[in-house]
Amino acid sequence: MDTTPKPIAGVSTFLDDRLGAGSFLKRNMRKIFPDHWSFLLGEIALYSFIILLLTGTFLTLWFKPSMGEVVYSGSYQPLVGVKMSEAYASALNISFDVRGGLLIRQIHHWAALLFIAGMMVHMLRVFFTGAYRKPRELNWLIGVGLLTLALLEGLTGYSLPDDLLSGAGLRITEGVMLGIPVVGTYLTFLLFGGEYPGHDVISRFFTIHILLIPGILLALISAHMILMWVQKHTQMPGTGRSEKNVVGAPFYPAFMAKAGAFTLFTFAVIALLGTFAQINPIWLFGPYTPADISAGSQPDFYMGFLEGSLRLMPSWEINFLDHTVSLSVLIPALVPLGIVMTGLALYPFIEQWVTGDRREHHIADRPRNNPHRTAIGFTGITFYGVLWLLGANDEISANFHISLYETTIVGRFAIFIVPAIAYFVTYRICIGLQRSDQAMLSHGVESGVIKRLPHGEYIEVHTPPMEDIADHIRGKKEIPVVESGEDTDGIPPKGARTALGRLRSKMSQAYGTDHIPLEEGHGHEEHAAIGAGDHSDGHKDGH
Amino acid sequence: MTDNINDQPEGRVPARVIGTPPSNGPILGGEPVHEVKDVPGVIPPDPISARKAERVVALLFTITFLAGVAFIASYVIFQVGTIDKTAASNYALGSSLSIALLSLAAGITVWVRRIMPKYNLVQERHPMASEPETAEYVEETFLQGAGESGFVKHKMLRRTLLLAAAPLGLAPLVLLKDLGPLPGTALRHTVWGAPTKDGKPRRLVVEGTGQPIRAADFDSPGGILSVVPEGYEEDLNALAKATLILLKFRPDELKSGTNLNWTHDGIVAYSKICTHVGCPAALYEQTTHHILCPCHQSTFDAADGAKVIFGPAARPLPQLPIGIDSEGYLIAKSDFKVPVGPSFWERGDAEAEAREQKA
Amino acid sequence: MIGTGISVNSITARRRHPLARYAVVALALGLLGGGYAVAGPGSSNADAAIASGKADDVAQGKSLFVAHCASCHGLNAEGTAKAPTLVGVGAAAVDFQVSSGRMPAADAGPQAARKPTAEWVNEETIGDLAAFVQSLGGGPTRPTAEQVDPTMGDPAKGGELFRANCIQCHNFVGAGGALTYGKYAPPLNPATPTQIYEAMVTGPQAMPVFNDSIITPDKKRDMIAYITHVRSQVDPGGSGLGRIGPVTEGLVAWVVGLSLLILAAIWITAKKRRAKA
Repeated sequence: MDTTPKPIAGVSTFLDDRLGAGSFLKRNMRKIFPDHWSFLLGEIALYSFIILLLTGTFLTLWFKPSMGEVVYSGSYQPLVGVKMSEAYASALNISFDVRGGLLIRQIHHWAALLFIAGMMVHMLRVFFTGAYRKPRELNWLIGVGLLTLALLEGLTGYSLPDDLLSGAGLRITEGVMLGIPVVGTYLTFLLFGGEYPGHDVISRFFTIHILLIPGILLALISAHMILMWVQKHTQMPGTGRSEKNVVGAPFYPAFMAKAGAFTLFTFAVIALLGTFAQINPIWLFGPYTPADISAGSQPDFYMGFLEGSLRLMPSWEINFLDHTVSLSVLIPALVPLGIVMTGLALYPFIEQWVTGDRREHHIADRPRNNPHRTAIGFTGITFYGVLWLLGANDEISANFHISLYETTIVGRFAIFIVPAIAYFVTYRICIGLQRSDQAMLSHGVESGVIKRLPHGEYIEVHTPPMEDIADHIRGKKEIPVVESGEDTDGIPPKGARTALGRLRSKMSQAYGTDHIPLEEGHGHEEHAAIGAGDHSDGHKDGH
Repeated sequence: MTDNINDQPEGRVPARVIGTPPSNGPILGGEPVHEVKDVPGVIPPDPISARKAERVVALLFTITFLAGVAFIASYVIFQVGTIDKTAASNYALGSSLSIALLSLAAGITVWVRRIMPKYNLVQERHPMASEPETAEYVEETFLQGAGESGFVKHKMLRRTLLLAAAPLGLAPLVLLKDLGPLPGTALRHTVWGAPTKDGKPRRLVVEGTGQPIRAADFDSPGGILSVVPEGYEEDLNALAKATLILLKFRPDELKSGTNLNWTHDGIVAYSKICTHVGCPAALYEQTTHHILCPCHQSTFDAADGAKVIFGPAARPLPQLPIGIDSEGYLIAKSDFKVPVGPSFWERGDAEAEAREQKA
Repeated sequence: MIGTGISVNSITARRRHPLARYAVVALALGLLGGGYAVAGPGSSNADAAIASGKADDVAQGKSLFVAHCASCHGLNAEGTAKAPTLVGVGAAAVDFQVSSGRMPAADAGPQAARKPTAEWVNEETIGDLAAFVQSLGGGPTRPTAEQVDPTMGDPAKGGELFRANCIQCHNFVGAGGALTYGKYAPPLNPATPTQIYEAMVTGPQAMPVFNDSIITPDKKRDMIAYITHVRSQVDPGGSGLGRIGPVTEGLVAWVVGLSLLILAAIWITAKKRRAKA
């Protein structure tokens, strides 16, 4: 194709005349995007969000967000004649009497799970590679905000069908709100329009779920994308890559096509799940009444950690001067969420304070090369994971025949012990991986070829690593350490004189000290002599 | 108009143009561009492999076409109306849609990987911060503008503007007040204490059937019933606080925690609403007399005043004083003596107060 | 199903039996003396039919009892430290426990589990054993085939009662759930309609009793209709994932959904390794 087809030329000229689109396109059509599978994790969330908007719109065409009572007369026999809210009846109607309705409902729900799961893995990738560092702190904060909003969006969404399971979640929400000191009862009465459950909460959640939060999400996601675009994506260390450049494929046509393919993959996987894995079968739950509940009432996975922390908590409550502070509700509802979200939001700034690092970073860290950060990350994951697991302790107890209380009691200890172990183990693994990197650079790669030397000694031939792999490893960067050393007069620098300053320099020492500095090899090819009687490492390769 | 540009003889300025002439040439559709340029970092694909790949991609796109047609056909063919039909419709629509999307995705991926070139393009990055001159200019302009606006100089203007903004900012919050009434003492009472229309005590009725309960019929020790107040069988607001579990004990099983004056012939009524966060606590083990809440596993000893023996709930399930009316049906003798359900700020130690009142 | 074993003819035949009147008297005494028995209107026929079992049946039952049950429940079913008394538990309890394989219990765990029945267990031996236990002090009897016929119940009405009384332990489709100290509410899927009925009237193990005068046999039949209807119904949205709710859904989202997408991402971004010519 040598010339642009007329229609495209016509349209583009029309737009350029009016918008000056040309200079924008000139700068951006060949924008470079680095390639790495983990850079697509955030796109799972992005495309799931698009699917959520599309399927959600479809659902609103039939859904009636009303708590008015109706008698069901649809296609699902075991509920015919049962009194229920209009919301539940219309959700049943979407499932059984609208062609494709069940499919779209299920796709919507699966997309919601993958939306949040995608955000979580994306966030972990960004965390472990240090991609939140300057200049990307703002985008990281937007991400934390997006995750928080997504949790709320999920909660308001799965409450809408007004079935017995979603009602249990709503009831717990109410119970937690009531427990908030001073304003709890007022907030509850405002949200529910009076006493629980009232007649308003479904329509209010509907507005929040389909308008308010999605609007904010859309705005924040756009901002997230624009910042990513303006700041250019981080890249993994490798041949020819530096802090001053970005290496990869151009937006047009390669990245565009890849993104298109991944959109379709996301949609396809969610459609597969929606077809072959039933989700939220509301017809089995029955209509909501505050008088009933089912065994195994669980929230969707992303709320599981809150459920777990509520279950772990011992029964603490304080009464004073005719007032009650219900610690057994407040601590589990607020503290883990607070630790996780605040910790995430502050981490870039705390790290900056500890390392004193004010430089821009565009090369992603390999997780092993910042062992303390990686260990902190895994501590967080296990903290969240233990709570999440405990949120399903009744299913664990029922299906694996473990005593229910034992799971709770084990959990009460595990929530402190397991993250600590995770920290230590992760740290050691990182150091170990750094050692193997160092060994690879300085000694080369085991080739699997055993050679017998003239004097009878066996050695394994080592070859230098492939250049791109070696460059990947050489991308390791030293973590700065704040100055704390005493000067010649034995006086510490100004910042390190206070207790806080001393703490800072100590933390900085621990955080930044590189225990396994890389050293280049000595250009040898044959190495690792195997002693005559020593079969401990060579014999596997030798046969 | 714009097309004319290229038709002009070179070097000749257009004599007369009707309308606004475009300032530049067309953005696309200008000079012919030769397709293959040898650009560093762009490695063209192997032509033989690309031709093979094209056949694969074409096959995948054709599958998408067929699956798309199948999707539309499924919509027409498979009706809904029974659960089996819905299942068939869901499978047909879902699998055709999935196949269509999957093979389109795979097709594009093969296209990118085997027909498009391999890219290793390099682009420079620049520090995010602006050049010092730019920053300086912005600062100057900012100060100049601030001075011109008079905002700094005119103190009264500044202060009254802030003053003006305050109530307007509060207005949206004020408007939200009518979302709900104030709590008042609503959380302290249930409909068990409300008088019935005919002034008789309120009966306990079975949830789900609405029939009143003759004490003599509820005679199997180890029995449990979910009970709601007569007249409020379908009032969810009332049920959210007033639902009961009714338990029948052998006389020797009841312990001191249970107020025997509030029982009738070994029949005890507890609030079903968990004191932790309000789930219906209703799993009952007749051998151990445990009441277990399925949400967070608070466990109460039903034989001993429903005191907490495990889990996060901090208070026992409140006991409802019950008795029988002249026809032998179970009735509520009064409301609960303490607020039911989850703790709230204004609640206080209502149990202690109730004990003091009794003493 | 056990309940169907008693035909109308055999009921009449048993009524004419010389020992029938003694059995009826024994039953009446049992009802009065025990005080725990069920006096539901629908069950009197069945009571008579089973309680009036031949003396042979009772004797047979006794010998079966001595052989298989007495070691825990005592020679006269008076109960021991290991197991409760069976006086007054009724034929329904025997049928439930033995036909579901829970009794004879394998070991003294927190709860006797459903398992394949022992070799000696069949309809006849259960009948004999039930007749013996019934003769000890009355109690709930086995339901008739009609009482547990799901086709005669109203599943929608039953569903409301099921949600009010059963799902807190057995889960919304009867998938079961956890109880305290290693006990659990078993799944309802393997239970026959007769066993479901018997469980309600007898309250086996930790389960509470739902007697016939409050939840009438008709209502129980509605509940049975709901349980059997829902458990046999297809999952229109694909695999039911165990029908235990969001726990398995979350697992599938991560293990299946996310893994597939990561595989796709790896495929899209994988470096093209050129075949070296």
